[in-house]
Amino acid sequence: MSASQAIPVSHAQNKSGDRILRYTFSERIHHWIAGLSYLYCLVTGLAFWSPYLYWMAALAGSGPTARFWHPWVGLVFTISTLWMYKLWRRDMATTEADIAWKKAMRHYIRNEDEKLPAVGRFNYGQKLFFWLMFYGAIVLVLSGIGLWFVESIPWSLRWLRYLAVTVHVGTALVTIGAFIIHVYMGTAMVRGSFAAMVRGYVSSAWARTHHRLWYEQVTKATSSEK
Amino acid sequence: MSQASLEIVRISGHPGPVPGAGVERAEQVCKLIDTTTCIGCKACEVACLEWNGYTFTDTVFNNSYQTMPQTAWNYWNLIKFNEHEREDGTLMLLMRKDQCMHCADPGCLAACPADGAIVQYSNGIVDFQQQNCIGCGYCVSGCPFDIPKFNSETKKMFKCTLCADRVTEGLEPACIKSCPTGCLHFGTKDDMKDLAENRALQLREHFGFEKAGVYDPQGVGGTGVIYVLHDATNPEAYGDLPKDPHIPLVVRLWKGPVKWLGNLAMAGGLLGVVMHYMRFGPKRVDSEKNGDKDGKGGRP
Repeated sequence: MSASQAIPVSHAQNKSGDRILRYTFSERIHHWIAGLSYLYCLVTGLAFWSPYLYWMAALAGSGPTARFWHPWVGLVFTISTLWMYKLWRRDMATTEADIAWKKAMRHYIRNEDEKLPAVGRFNYGQKLFFWLMFYGAIVLVLSGIGLWFVESIPWSLRWLRYLAVTVHVGTALVTIGAFIIHVYMGTAMVRGSFAAMVRGYVSSAWARTHHRLWYEQVTKATSSEK
Repeated sequence: MSQASLEIVRISGHPGPVPGAGVERAEQVCKLIDTTTCIGCKACEVACLEWNGYTFTDTVFNNSYQTMPQTAWNYWNLIKFNEHEREDGTLMLLMRKDQCMHCADPGCLAACPADGAIVQYSNGIVDFQQQNCIGCGYCVSGCPFDIPKFNSETKKMFKCTLCADRVTEGLEPACIKSCPTGCLHFGTKDDMKDLAENRALQLREHFGFEKAGVYDPQGVGGTGVIYVLHDATNPEAYGDLPKDPHIPLVVRLWKGPVKWLGNLAMAGGLLGVVMHYMRFGPKRVDSEKNGDKDGKGGRP
């Protein structure tokens, strides 16, 4: 299965001059709903995490306000993540190109991109992040429900209360680590990807450098249409 | 509730030390409940409701004398009835006044993330400060006695205050004042322990309750509410009174090592990406090779 199979041909037709449509409007909207709702849960969650970060609750209004909205915004995050799953699950499947790329990942980290094998629409790192956040969202929402309605868990099943706390905290920490790397790469490290996620387009050069197999596929699709 | 003249020694969710803690030492107050002379009249429940301004809640009939399964946000004090069959086949109707135990090492306070929502006064009373409570329910997970209860309308947690407002003014808690049999006593922890041990001795020597003893669990540092039990080896028979209560290990880890490891990991992550940027910098699209003539690094 090709990595960029899910991109409909019509998107590639949007290629005009040096611009290639990388993310559709729907993909961008869902990404930002997920991103901003995650950010809200991160800030309010950190407020509940440590007394030294409790001031962060003030960013959300107040402690009680943060506590009231955290689970609801968490639900928004989960739903938008499930929606992204619907949009991207085929693109996010691991391919043979990814396995080769994964072996050469140290070159990617060291910006030695010329030593990397060509990849499709997403590279292995992006796929790893996607699946981590997807399963993370499911685990966070399930354990979060336990924390949300902790009093409804009967005393005889109190191990569920303790499990909910442990799982929620552990999963949140793992996603925070991934989130730090994701934000860093999307803004500071891989120039052009933030703009792509806002307006949708990348340059041909960007596509050729970072996602050559995808670039070849979308340009071929366009030229074959002609 | 009233904290005007009470020194605070512990504050929940508080960064840094507690201001003024340790400046004054106060006698530890204690409520003694002698389950062997309780007749289950529920006068203490009425007194508690009256003093704290609550009305009666609906009772649930479940083929026993138990009026409702557990305490509620507006019902802080409940007699737990339990028909207990002894080894010789005889029955005992055990009654235990259930309420906040006012642990010396309170699990609710350890779990609470909100600055000042739970405090411990120098006299040992553990008190919820609803104006600071965010209603997260972490105290529910922290408590080894299942005491904190949530008011879903105000989104605040409530529990017995040991009548901190009365105690501050030199009065005994409302429940103590109402007890007709004298099974409830109030005073300093030392005096109450003394009284309780004497009563337990009496029960052992003169009433044939060879296992009679005092319930003052050390797993939570001792409690501000202690019981005299006919059988101190089986507190579970008195309506789920835990034998050896502790702050749950999960809460201890979560508020201790996990927190510091997590903080370290998050700080490490931030430091890591900064270091990466300083060492390797951004990925640029090679403009010569790819014909990116405007040199915007691939930005369209």
